[in-house]
Amino acid sequence: MKQTHRNHPTYWAFLLHRISGVLLAIFIPVHLYVLSLAVTDGALLDEFLRWSSTPVVKLMETGMVVMLAAHLTGGLRLLGLEFLGWVSWQKTMVALSVGVSLTIGLVFLLNAD
Amino acid sequence: MTEDMLQVSVWKGDAKGAFATYQVRRQENQTVLDLVTHIQRYLDPSLSYRFACRVGVCGSCAMTVNGKARWTCRSHVSNVVEDGRIEIRPLESLPVVKDLVVDMTDFFDKWAKAKGSFEPTCSRNDEIAAVSPSDKKRRLADAGIECIGCGVCYSTCDVVRWKPDYLGPAAMNRAWTLVNDVRDGGNDERLRAVAGDDGCLSCHSQQGCVERCPQKLNPTMAIAGLKRETIKAALKGKL
Amino acid sequence: MMQNTVRSETWLWLAQRTSAIVLAVCIVIHLTTMIIAMQGGLSTAEIAGRVSGNPMWLVFYGTFLAAVSVHAPIGMRTVLLETTSLSTKRVGLLTMLLGLFVFVLGVRTILGLYQMVPVS
Repeated sequence: MKQTHRNHPTYWAFLLHRISGVLLAIFIPVHLYVLSLAVTDGALLDEFLRWSSTPVVKLMETGMVVMLAAHLTGGLRLLGLEFLGWVSWQKTMVALSVGVSLTIGLVFLLNAD
Repeated sequence: MTEDMLQVSVWKGDAKGAFATYQVRRQENQTVLDLVTHIQRYLDPSLSYRFACRVGVCGSCAMTVNGKARWTCRSHVSNVVEDGRIEIRPLESLPVVKDLVVDMTDFFDKWAKAKGSFEPTCSRNDEIAAVSPSDKKRRLADAGIECIGCGVCYSTCDVVRWKPDYLGPAAMNRAWTLVNDVRDGGNDERLRAVAGDDGCLSCHSQQGCVERCPQKLNPTMAIAGLKRETIKAALKGKL
Repeated sequence: MMQNTVRSETWLWLAQRTSAIVLAVCIVIHLTTMIIAMQGGLSTAEIAGRVSGNPMWLVFYGTFLAAVSVHAPIGMRTVLLETTSLSTKRVGLLTMLLGLFVFVLGVRTILGLYQMVPVS
């Protein structure tokens, strides 16, 4: 396997941040549309919510929550770097960001109905 | 002792060239520059490459070795070899002149574009500026002034790859050292030069530059500093 | 002329970071709310019951929505500029449309929920 200069934690963090951001940008209009059913067609929304409590969908939702948490925690690391000059401990912060994101995802999954 | 032969692929030609592969005997103490030199002297006299000091102070021998930009004179073969193979390409994001030689014009043009030159505020008739070594701004400048313009960070940076007009880590690292030089009077122009999408604001803090800089500098930190200063300037209406 | 571009790009960046800070707060609140709300079972009635007639949620979701409508388009602008060959003008237009779309869709929902009469 050819070595690449992209093989380091802060690069993977960038990749995760970009991918999670794009996924969220796609998810949000869908999310808002589904939510609008609460106003226009409550019965349809309830049906959707029943469907979304199946394990597969719950797992996908959890994935989305992990993406959200990853984008948030990664973003906080960046804000710290840019505005507070927190340049050290980057690898540790990346690790923390991943850990916290997975934890939040787990908390979500465990509380899912 | 069994003969240990390395398979060394070097780029030949310009951007539309190709790799040429040579067998070079492996030695105990051998740098990648040694390999290139051996190939040019004994195997392929037409091979073009740059070097000068051979001891890691000039930065001329920077090339892409097995995917990573590095100083070939300071790259021990044992640290870079993969399965007995070494691939040597010219630095990325710069036009290839021939073989392993790139045109550094863009790199240095961007240095100038980022206003990486000192703007004096005093004359020879004034007192020498007294800047204590422990002064906060001086320490920030000191952290970045050892840049020798080798191009490794520039060649590594993905934003440089994706945005042809992006100033790049070295140019902005230099600009930051001058922003922190209390004797300098050109900061209004300089901040204007490094703001915007072609400047510091496009840095995604991937920190490949930090990983690869042979002088252990931190352009990401410098660029973050520029971000703060340009935003301050924007809020003050100075941009 | 080019200086105007630099200035507007700098303001976009600042809007991106500012909306990010707002979103950081909103998302912590949102995730906590949703995890708690999910425990009792999520339904249209639950959502409407929580939001209707409650100015606190109106302000919260309104702020949340405004921040998203700023943050997502500017983010997508960067991604599109770096990964496609679309022009700056076209990318700006597309992402602005995304922002407007998200905002309008969200506002209708928030106001609708706020004005709903809860089913007891």
